[in-house]
Amino acid sequence: MSTDAHSLSRDDVAHLARLSRLAVTDEELDRFADQLGVVLGAVARVQDAPTADVTPTTHAVPLTNVHRPDVVTPSLPREQVLAGAPAAEDDRFRVPRILGEEA
Amino acid sequence: MSTDLTRLDVTALQAALAGGETSAVEVTRAHLDAIEATDGRLNSYLHVDAETALATAADVDRRRTAGEEVGRLAGVPVALKDVVVTDGVPTTSGSRILEGWVPPYDATVAARLKAAGTVLLGKTNMDEFAMGSSTENSAYGPTRNPWDHDRIPGGSSGGSSAAVAGFLAPWAIGTDTGGSIRQPAAVTGLVGHKPTYGSVSRYGLIAFSSSLDQAGPMARTVADAALMHEVIGGHDPRDSTSIDAPAAPYVAAAQQGAEGDLTGTVVGVVRELGGEGHTEGYEPGVLEAFRAGVDQLRALGAEVREVSCPSFDLALAAYYLIAPSEASSNLSRFDGVRYGLRVGDDGSRDLDEVMALTREQGFGPEVKRRIILGTYALSAGYYEAYYGQAQKVRTLIGRDFLTAFGDGVDVLVSPTSPSVAFPIGQRVDDPLAMYAADLCTLPASLAGLPAISVPCGLSEGLPVGLQVMAPALADDRCYRVGAALEAAQDAARGGSFLGQLAARS
Repeated sequence: MSTDAHSLSRDDVAHLARLSRLAVTDEELDRFADQLGVVLGAVARVQDAPTADVTPTTHAVPLTNVHRPDVVTPSLPREQVLAGAPAAEDDRFRVPRILGEEA
Repeated sequence: MSTDLTRLDVTALQAALAGGETSAVEVTRAHLDAIEATDGRLNSYLHVDAETALATAADVDRRRTAGEEVGRLAGVPVALKDVVVTDGVPTTSGSRILEGWVPPYDATVAARLKAAGTVLLGKTNMDEFAMGSSTENSAYGPTRNPWDHDRIPGGSSGGSSAAVAGFLAPWAIGTDTGGSIRQPAAVTGLVGHKPTYGSVSRYGLIAFSSSLDQAGPMARTVADAALMHEVIGGHDPRDSTSIDAPAAPYVAAAQQGAEGDLTGTVVGVVRELGGEGHTEGYEPGVLEAFRAGVDQLRALGAEVREVSCPSFDLALAAYYLIAPSEASSNLSRFDGVRYGLRVGDDGSRDLDEVMALTREQGFGPEVKRRIILGTYALSAGYYEAYYGQAQKVRTLIGRDFLTAFGDGVDVLVSPTSPSVAFPIGQRVDDPLAMYAADLCTLPASLAGLPAISVPCGLSEGLPVGLQVMAPALADDRCYRVGAALEAAQDAARGGSFLGQLAARS
């Protein structure tokens, strides 16, 4: 990615969009690179904070090991779950092929 | 009954229903008629099912007449933000990617409101996946502010705020990740409360930023907000972050506050949120209304001090790293396989291509921006500098709150938002300007603390909100102080805040 501090190049945005599974358009690449550069400049201020010896907060409420009793509870019926799917076949979610032609 | 039933607050509706002065069907029909008449313009609802609502209401009336046990809120209409999953009722979260999806289960907040006997009027508009401060990021068109139709109703719970302020629902559920209950409540003249994180179940809320998301009440009075919180709150084993503690008596706290005595209560005014040296970006009229509100708290006997919370200056930066990071992970579930949209599945494309085309067409620009930013902040080589650092700032913000509350301050106050409702279209292409609307609400979000917005006056004829923040699980302080301010304002004005809007139409 670009070495310039707090900026995102068009190529950076294209790479991140690919990682995020977003088939963005050329026009979006230009616009997002500009807009996200501005946002990144603003959020990079976190780097000015005096954080030596500060532990990160991942969660506002510290909770550990929340368990439920190991008891079987009813699940949703299969037909109800599949009813919301864009494509279903033979009581399963139907997915496009997952391997390329060359495989 | 000659009264316009849509103008009554919930406490009055409950009394009228219980006393037999009106019926659930009459109350429901009055709201459905109002929606029919004015929502074409406001666009506060995404889905209304009049037939089911009337059938539910008729059932309540039948059971009440038969002397059967009815719920605490039997026959009271309610609207739910469309991020709340509802069994058999379409739920989109404001996104094209979920258009037409009908969930097979109820969120816990929806189930609890149903069990209490409420009548669901419909699902309200919102910024897509709750990302925004104006409701302009909805895939289904912007919602208008009932106070001025050319202005935004706040966001992301802007459909809920417009519906309640526009007399199309007596109250509504909103959700708040960085201010999405409080800011829309402030700019439409409502009361909006973001509960302590973990105080209300997140089960069945379509996740945006899981360490921040909370559902809560949006209402016309502090007492109504407290009542809704009591009904939806409390432990839920289906949400592992739900706090296993009994819900406090919030209504009693509101009633106590309404008596108007704040003697012994220490109110801290946060300097970094609109105080001296920190007024840039704040409208003078907002600060004036806020200061008048603080003067009223003092007049009620509160001791008012200025408090400094230096890390709050970095809240916006930390929030706009943490929330997009969590969103980039949460929104990966929209893969075009299990629910919602699928695009380009023509037999030639593989799963990756179909997924990328589906997400490209299904998500709007702000959602894409946040996914990209979050992916960047979490990527190798940048993680420590951005996401990791933001989490440390989150710790510092929590410490500032602890210090203030440790020094004997009972609640902290600030304006809820730096500006009144802005014109539709003004900030859509300027993400940072949009984010600035959340400046005052972000610290409590990052610290997981309860915070309420209560109307404190008008600026340029538009509502201004005062925010009251309290320690974790001390939501009752928000309701007590909020109700005291509300009662003082109502007494000085000689009527309710929204009465001013009703008088205009």
